[in-house]
Amino acid sequence: MTRARALLIVPLAVFVGIVVLLYSGFGLGRADLLPSALVDKPFPDFELPTLAGEPPRRSRDDLLGEVRLVNVWATWCPTCAAEHDELARITGETGIGIVGVNYKDDPNAARAWLAERGDPYLFHIIDAHGDLGVDLGVYGAPETFVVDAAGVIRFKQVGAVTADTWRDSIAPVVASLQAAAP
Amino acid sequence: MIPEIGHFAVVAALVMAMSLAGAGLAGAATGRSSWVDACRGFAAAQAGLILLGFVLLTVSFLRDDFSVELAAAHSNTLLPWQYKFSAVWGNHEGSFLLWTLVMAGWTLAVALAGGRLEQAFFGRVMGVLGLLNVGFLLFLLLASNPFARLAPFVPQEGNDLNPLLQDFGQIVHPPMLYIGYVGFSVAFAFAVAALLSGRLDAAWARWSRPWTNVAWAFQTVGIALGSWWAYYELGWGGWWFWDPVENASFMPWLAGTALVHSLAVTEKRGAFKSWTVLLALATFSFCLVGAFIVRSGVLTSVHAFAVDPERGLFLLILLAVAIGGALTLYAMRAPAIRSRLQYGGLSRELLLLVNNLLLVVAVAVIFIYTLYPLAYEAATGGDRISIGPPYFNRVFVPLMFVLAGFLALAPAARWKRTPLTVLRRIGVLFGIGAALGVLVSLLLGGVLKPAATLAVALATWIVATHVDDFRKRRGVRPLGYLGMVTAHVGFAVCMVGVAVTSEYSEGIDARMAVGESVEVGGVSYTLTALDRVRGPNYMADRAVFETDEGARLVPEKRTYFARGDVMTEAAIRPGFFGDRYVTLGEPVADDAWGVRIEHKPMVRWIWLGALLMAFGGLVAMADGRYRRLASRDAALAPA
Repeated sequence: MTRARALLIVPLAVFVGIVVLLYSGFGLGRADLLPSALVDKPFPDFELPTLAGEPPRRSRDDLLGEVRLVNVWATWCPTCAAEHDELARITGETGIGIVGVNYKDDPNAARAWLAERGDPYLFHIIDAHGDLGVDLGVYGAPETFVVDAAGVIRFKQVGAVTADTWRDSIAPVVASLQAAAP
Repeated sequence: MIPEIGHFAVVAALVMAMSLAGAGLAGAATGRSSWVDACRGFAAAQAGLILLGFVLLTVSFLRDDFSVELAAAHSNTLLPWQYKFSAVWGNHEGSFLLWTLVMAGWTLAVALAGGRLEQAFFGRVMGVLGLLNVGFLLFLLLASNPFARLAPFVPQEGNDLNPLLQDFGQIVHPPMLYIGYVGFSVAFAFAVAALLSGRLDAAWARWSRPWTNVAWAFQTVGIALGSWWAYYELGWGGWWFWDPVENASFMPWLAGTALVHSLAVTEKRGAFKSWTVLLALATFSFCLVGAFIVRSGVLTSVHAFAVDPERGLFLLILLAVAIGGALTLYAMRAPAIRSRLQYGGLSRELLLLVNNLLLVVAVAVIFIYTLYPLAYEAATGGDRISIGPPYFNRVFVPLMFVLAGFLALAPAARWKRTPLTVLRRIGVLFGIGAALGVLVSLLLGGVLKPAATLAVALATWIVATHVDDFRKRRGVRPLGYLGMVTAHVGFAVCMVGVAVTSEYSEGIDARMAVGESVEVGGVSYTLTALDRVRGPNYMADRAVFETDEGARLVPEKRTYFARGDVMTEAAIRPGFFGDRYVTLGEPVADDAWGVRIEHKPMVRWIWLGALLMAFGGLVAMADGRYRRLASRDAALAPA
C-alpha cells in the first residue's frame, strides 16, 4: 500500500474515534471532581464592576468574613440555567452567601436572565473579558468555588452544582469550614 | 383504527424500502434492467405509504384523539388547529416520521428524474437511498413508534404543545430544515454509487450538483427561519446561540457549502476528485451526527427531545453502519490522492481550494467545541461544562473575514490562471469598499467599531467586484453564473447584518409605570396602558408602548393553561435598517413592570442575506446545462 492510499484511511480512523467518543457519552458517572491547583491558595485579587451597579465596584475584601460560594456563570451557558434553581435552594436552606461572577457575558442579557429566574446571589461582579476567569483557572461555565472566611479557596467544582454534588462533596467542606471558624 | 392503519402503512413502507434496496443493488450488480426499472415503483409506493401514515397521524391530532399517546402528550383541545397540525412534528416520534417522509420524497424525486442516468449507476443510487430508508424506518418503528396507543385509560385532555412551539416558526422551520438535511443523502448516494462503480469522473459531479444545490438552499432557508424564530420568540433578541443543536444544523450546512464549490472544480476541471467524494460523504454524515446529537440527549441543549439512551444507541449504530460503511468503501475505492498542482497563482481552482479549507476548518472547530463538553465529561468521569459563544466567535469570526476577502476575488478569477490586470481593478474596488465601511460605521454610531467597519468594507468589496464582473459579461450570463452572483451578494448582506447588529445594538432595562417614558437610541417610548387579556389557551399581561415615531408596540407575558408555562412575547417593529424590540420582564409593583427596550440595527439583513443565498442556489440549479450535459454523459457511458 502506498502512502497516498494510506491517506484515504484517515477519514475512517477519525470517524471510529468519534463513534467511540459518542458511545462514551452514554451512562457517564458524574462523581469525580477536577483537582485544582488553586485549592488552598488565596482567592485572586480583583476589583470589578457589579451587575447591580450599586455599589459600582466590588473587590476581594467583599468576600471576606464568612464562608462563601463563588459561582462563575453566564447567560450563554445552558448548564448554568439548569444549575440556577439548585443554587437558589442551597442559599435558601443554608443561608450561605453566593457571589456571582458573570463570565464573558452581555451584562444586559445577564440582568434580564436574573430578572426572569430570580436572583439568589449576594451580588454579581462582571468579568466581561474573562481576566478574573484566567486567574481562577476557569475551564468554562459553570464553576463554583468554596472560599473560606479568610479568602482562601478550599474547594472547586467544575460543572453544575447538583443536589448530589452539593450533598456529597460541597456541603461537607462548607460545614467543616464553618465549624472551624470562630 | 386510524392510527393502526397508519402504523401498518409505515410497516408496508419498510417492506418497499427493503425491496428498493435489494432491487437497486442486485439489479445493478447482475445487470438486470427489469429489476432496476422496478425501483421507480418501489420508491413511489414507499413515499405514498409514508405519506398515508403521516396524514393519518395528523388526523388523530386534529380530532383530539388522546388515546394516541403522542397526541395526549403534545396536543390539547384548546390548541388552535394550525398548531395541532404542527404539533405532529413538535416531538421526537412525529418529527422523525416527518424525516422519513422527506427522505421518501427525495428518493422518489431521484427515481423520477434519474431516467437520464446510466442504468447500473441509477440502480446503485436507488439501492443506497433504499438502504438509508430502511435504516430510518427501522429506527422509527422499533424505537420511536409515533402511533402508540394509551390503553386502557384514555385521558380527557392532552398535555398541550410546548408554548415555545406554538408559533408559525414551528410550522415552517422543521420541514424546511429536514428537506435540507435529508436532501444531502442524494449527494451521499451519488458518491457511494460512484465509488461502487469506480466512475469518479466529471459526470457524477455533474449529476450531484443540482441536487446538492437544492438541499443546500432548503437548509439555508431552514436555518435562517430557525434564527428568525429564536429572535422573536425567545424574547431577548438573540438570533444565534451556538447551541449544540444549532451547530448540528450548521455543520452540514458549512460542509455542504464546501461541497457545492468543490463539485464545481470536479465537474469543470476533473480535479479534487477524492476530496469531493469525501465531502459528499462527510456532509451527510454531519446530518446524521446532528440527528444523533439532537435525539440522543448526550449534549444539553434548548432543543433537546426527551432523553432516551436506547434511542441514542440505536442511532449511533445506524450512524456507525452508514458512515463507517461509506468511509470503508472510500478507503478501498477512492482514487489515490495526488498533490500535483496543475493551476497557477490566484486561479479559480486555488480560490476554491481556499474556500474549502476555510469552511472545513470552521466545521472542524465547531465540531470540536460542540463535542468538547462530552469529551471533557468522559475524561473527567462526570463533570459537565458548557462552551459558549465567546469560544466559537473567537475562531469563527476571523475565519469568515478571511473567507469574505477571498470571496471578493471570485468573479474575476479564471480557471488555471488569472491575468494580473484584473487584480489591479479589484484593488481599486477594495478602496471604495473600505471608504464606505468607515462611512457607514460613523453614520451608525458616530464611532468606529473595527469588526463592523471591516465587515461593511469587505461586503461592499464583494458586491462591487461581482457587479463589475456582471457588467463586463454582457450576453454571457448563464443561470449558473447568476446564481453564484446572487448567493455571494447574499453572503455579503448577511455578513453586514451580523456585524452591524452585534456591534451597534443598544438596549436598556427599565422599571416603568403607566405614563412613564424612557429614551433608547434617540427614540422615546411611553408606556400608555397595562391590561390582562385572554387568548385561546392562555392568559396574558399586555403592555402598550407608544413611541414618538408614532409606532405602537404591544409586548405580552403569557401564562398557558395546560402546563402553567410562562412565555414572553416580544413586540417588534421591524425595519429594513433596524428593529425596535420590546419585552416585558417581571412585575415590580402593582402598576409597574421591568421592561427591556432594544434597538437592533440591520438585523433583518442576516435573514435577507440567507434568503438571497438560498435563492442563488436554486437559480444555479435551474441551469439547463446540467440536463443537456447529463444526457450527453448518459449517451456516452458504456452500457
